[in-house]
Amino acid sequence: MTDPALVVEGLWKSFGDLDVLRGIDLEMAQHDIVCVIGASGSGKSTLLRCVNLTEPIDAGRILVQGEEITADGVDVDRIRRRIGIVFQAFNLFPHMSVLDNVTLAPRKVLRRPRSEAEERAAALLERFGLADKRDEVPDRLSGGQQQRVAIVRALAMDPDLLLLDEVTSALDPELVGEVLNVIRDLARQGMTMLIATHEMGFAREIAGRVAFVDGGRILEAGAPEQIFSAPREPRTREFLQRIIDAGRL
Amino acid sequence: MSGPVPGGTGPVPADLPPPPRRRPRRYSWRSLIVAAASTVTFFTVFALVVVNAPGWESVRRSFFDAEIFVDSLPDVVGGFGVNVRLFLIAEVLILALGLVLAVMRSLPGAVLYPVRLLATAYVDLFRALPGLLVIYILGLGVPALRLPGVPNEPFFWGVVALTLIYSAYVSEVYRAGIESVHPSQAAAARSLGLTQLQAMRHVVLPQAVRRVIPPLLNDFIGLQKDTVLVSFIGVVEIFRESQIEQTARFNFTPYLATALVFLLLTIPLARFTDWLIARQRNRRPAAAQANVRARRGRVIGWFGRNR
Repeated sequence: MTDPALVVEGLWKSFGDLDVLRGIDLEMAQHDIVCVIGASGSGKSTLLRCVNLTEPIDAGRILVQGEEITADGVDVDRIRRRIGIVFQAFNLFPHMSVLDNVTLAPRKVLRRPRSEAEERAAALLERFGLADKRDEVPDRLSGGQQQRVAIVRALAMDPDLLLLDEVTSALDPELVGEVLNVIRDLARQGMTMLIATHEMGFAREIAGRVAFVDGGRILEAGAPEQIFSAPREPRTREFLQRIIDAGRL
Repeated sequence: MSGPVPGGTGPVPADLPPPPRRRPRRYSWRSLIVAAASTVTFFTVFALVVVNAPGWESVRRSFFDAEIFVDSLPDVVGGFGVNVRLFLIAEVLILALGLVLAVMRSLPGAVLYPVRLLATAYVDLFRALPGLLVIYILGLGVPALRLPGVPNEPFFWGVVALTLIYSAYVSEVYRAGIESVHPSQAAAARSLGLTQLQAMRHVVLPQAVRRVIPPLLNDFIGLQKDTVLVSFIGVVEIFRESQIEQTARFNFTPYLATALVFLLLTIPLARFTDWLIARQRNRRPAAAQANVRARRGRVIGWFGRNR
């Protein structure tokens, strides 16, 4: 049996007096897709940022494929290479072409020669319908295209684990679909993904497991059918009712 | 899948009044004429006041002597070559040193505190001291030590002094640029596995430098004028040359020639800087709308618009 793709144990994170994460436990096997749902401010994004080591954690452990990445003296740059993250606001590099956005890390971090990096990047862009955009700068693309480029940029590093942080929240409604299709495609390829999302319908469709985060804890986790159809916790029911009332489920 | 979002922009009721028509822009030609008239009036009055001043005749003789102007011009311009060499060398060094200082001050982390402290102290020191003082201390003091191997030409120390002073200013300009790049850019770079320095080098700095080119050029205008200060430690450059001409002829016209040379150098550079700033403003996506207007009113805007 191989090591789990991701283990989070007793993760605790505070910003000043505010305890954002209060003991998160989570385990993901290879090829798992876990969707994290919960109200704004419940700690979904912070959880992802902690797993990516963007935020130092206050207590607990995080293991990626058996290696404790939160241990003292771990080379964070080496860890981040293996964990891709895609942000709500895309965060593409505006001064570079799409192709350079995608090849920067493979060239500088993995020291791949430019020709090889560009070849691989071109293949990825092609696969996600962005071949004709390779020489554009990000500002000239639609939000949906930008987010797809951001996903390609993360994929170019061949991550073992992909974190998606509300990747459709900044998009116009008509552009959400194209980004979700990319994620569906990745799911079919067996990419291990931890997804924070407000797209409940999508979570239900794609997730192997759904985790409901409330007050800095995973209050309830389980199969999407169980969470969405028969939630055990009153808080989960309350949250889902609000979503239904808003017409989003 | 989530369906269409309710509560968004619904259909607009048909009986709403039409939006108010924009008033056509008619003031542009009028403002051009007003600007021209007021400029002519102002300078006519100004010239009349100067020419009718009681001391005008003697000032005209000692400052505006055409013959002396023509005679002294070659030496003055020849001296300017030294200034040009001085600021060209200094500018290259300043760009490099200023960048190093700015990056030193922008590196986070407790371990790097001494680095930040050092850079901060440097910037504080050289911004606090009057430039002439630094030039004197370095240009006269260091050569007096007669250390073996240390150059004692005043030109050398002039370059060093101006580099030290202006790199302090320029590093602050760079730093403002670095801080204007949103932290999410560095975060995105780091999340891909780039190191702190790689993120700075490939993601933050290219964006920062582009934004600060106009203020950098502004500092260089200051530097180019300050090159005359090295005449105080014995460099024979444009100001010293005009001083020599002045004492030889008992006439101040050579200074006027010097002033003219600086005007011819600096004003085009200042206009170029303004043009760069305007272009940058128009390029930003947020300014896309203003872009059209700016293009249309470019000529008139120079006279009439609130700049």
